[in-house]
Amino acid sequence: MFWASYLLAAMAVILAWPVPVLLARAKWTARAPVTALVLWQAIALAGGLSMIGAMLTWGLEPLGENLLAGLQGLAGLLVSYAPAPGLDLIHVFALSAALLLGVHLVFTLLLTYYRIRKQRNKHRDLLNLLSSPVKNSPKTLVISHPAPVAYCLPGGAGSVTVLSEGLLELLRPEELEAVLNHERAHLNQRHDLLLWAFAAWRSALPWLPTSQLAQQAVNELIEMLADDGALRTANRETLIRAVAVVASGERPSGVGAPAKELLTPEESEALSTAHRLHRLLSPSPPLGKPAQAMVLGCSALLLAVPTVLLLAPGLAG
Amino acid sequence: MATLGELERAVMDLLWQADSEDPAEIAFTANALRDRLARKTDSSPDGKELAVTTVLTVLSRLEKKGLVQRERDIRPHRYRAVTSREEHTVELMNEVLGSAPDREAVLAKFIGSVSEQEAETLRKLLTA
Repeated sequence: MFWASYLLAAMAVILAWPVPVLLARAKWTARAPVTALVLWQAIALAGGLSMIGAMLTWGLEPLGENLLAGLQGLAGLLVSYAPAPGLDLIHVFALSAALLLGVHLVFTLLLTYYRIRKQRNKHRDLLNLLSSPVKNSPKTLVISHPAPVAYCLPGGAGSVTVLSEGLLELLRPEELEAVLNHERAHLNQRHDLLLWAFAAWRSALPWLPTSQLAQQAVNELIEMLADDGALRTANRETLIRAVAVVASGERPSGVGAPAKELLTPEESEALSTAHRLHRLLSPSPPLGKPAQAMVLGCSALLLAVPTVLLLAPGLAG
Repeated sequence: MATLGELERAVMDLLWQADSEDPAEIAFTANALRDRLARKTDSSPDGKELAVTTVLTVLSRLEKKGLVQRERDIRPHRYRAVTSREEHTVELMNEVLGSAPDREAVLAKFIGSVSEQEAETLRKLLTA
C-alpha cells in the first residue's frame, strides 16, 4: 500500500502546482467557461483528496491493505487497546495530520459560509434602510452613490440586484438591461456557491498556488458566464460599453470576497475585466465538442484516480 | 400595521432628515418620533395607532445595529442617528468596491492590455 500513498502524494503535488499554473495560463478556458469551471472544481477536489489520502494510506499501511481495511483495523485497535505491530509513532503522526487537514478543510468551509452570511445579512440590513426599489423591475434596488456600481446580493428568495445612481446616469436603458441580465445570471446560476467554495479553499490553504490561482480563475470565469447570459438578450456593443463603464467600480464577487490575493484586488479586477473585454471585442468560437468532452473526461479521471488509489490496493492483489 | 423593517426605515428616514435640516434638533424621544411617524402615516388604511412600545422596540433594534445612539443623561431618553445617510452609503459601497481605483485608471489599464485594434473599437464605443 506504500506505492498507493506515494502515487497520491505525487498527485497532490502535481495538482497543487504545475497543473493550476498551466490551466491559469490556458487560453481555451474563455471559450468554454462551464467546462473550465468543472475542471477547476475537479482539480480542487482531487487535490484535497490526494493530500489527505496520501497521509491516510501511509499512516494506515501497517493496519490494512487499502483504506477500508486500514480503517477497520484502526477501529478495532481503538476498541481493544491492543498493541499494534508495526504502527510506529510516524504512522500515528501521518494519521493525525490527515485528520487535522480534513477537519481544517471542513471547518474552514463552514467558517467561510458563516462569515459570508453574516456579512451579507449586515449588508442587507443597511441596504434596506438606504436603497429604494426600482419601478417595473422586481428585486432591483437603487442606492444613491455617484460611482457606477452594479452588484448582486445572493440570498435565495431574497436575492437582489443593486444599482447605483451613478450607473443609472452613465448607462443607456439597453445597457442597463444588459447589466441587470448579467447580475441576474450570477444569481440564477448560483455563482455565489462557487465563490464560497473557492474562497474557503483559498483561506484554508492560502500558501498553495492552486488555491490562489483557482480563486482568481473562478472569479473571472463566472463573470464570463454572466456576460454570456447577458448576451442572450443584449447585443455585443451594448454589453461592451456597459462592461467598460461598470468596470470603474465593480468587484466581481460582490460581498464576501476575502482580502489577500496574489494580485491586489484592483489589479486582479482590472485584469479580469481586460480578459472579459478582449473576449467580447474579439469573440472566438466556443471550444469544440470533442475538446470539451476530453476536458470533462479528464475531470472525471482526476476524481476517479485518487478514489481508486485509496480503495483498490487490497482488492487488486 | 407596517412591518418592523418598514418602521426601521421610517424611523431612520426621520432621524437622518432631521440631522441634515436642523443641526440644533437632531435627537428625539420615542414619543416625539411616534407622533411624527403617526403624522406621516395617518393615511394608512388600517388606521391603527402606532404604539410607543413598538417605536421603542424599533429603536433598540436600530441601536443594536449601531445606527442609532441613545442619549441617557436625561429622561426620557433621546435618540439620534449615529452618522448621516451619506456616510452609511459610502461605507456600504466601500464594502462592495474595496479600495477601487478611479475610473480613468482602470480604463487606462485595460486599454493598455488589449490589442491596438480592440482599444480603438472600445474608444469608439465609449465615445459614441
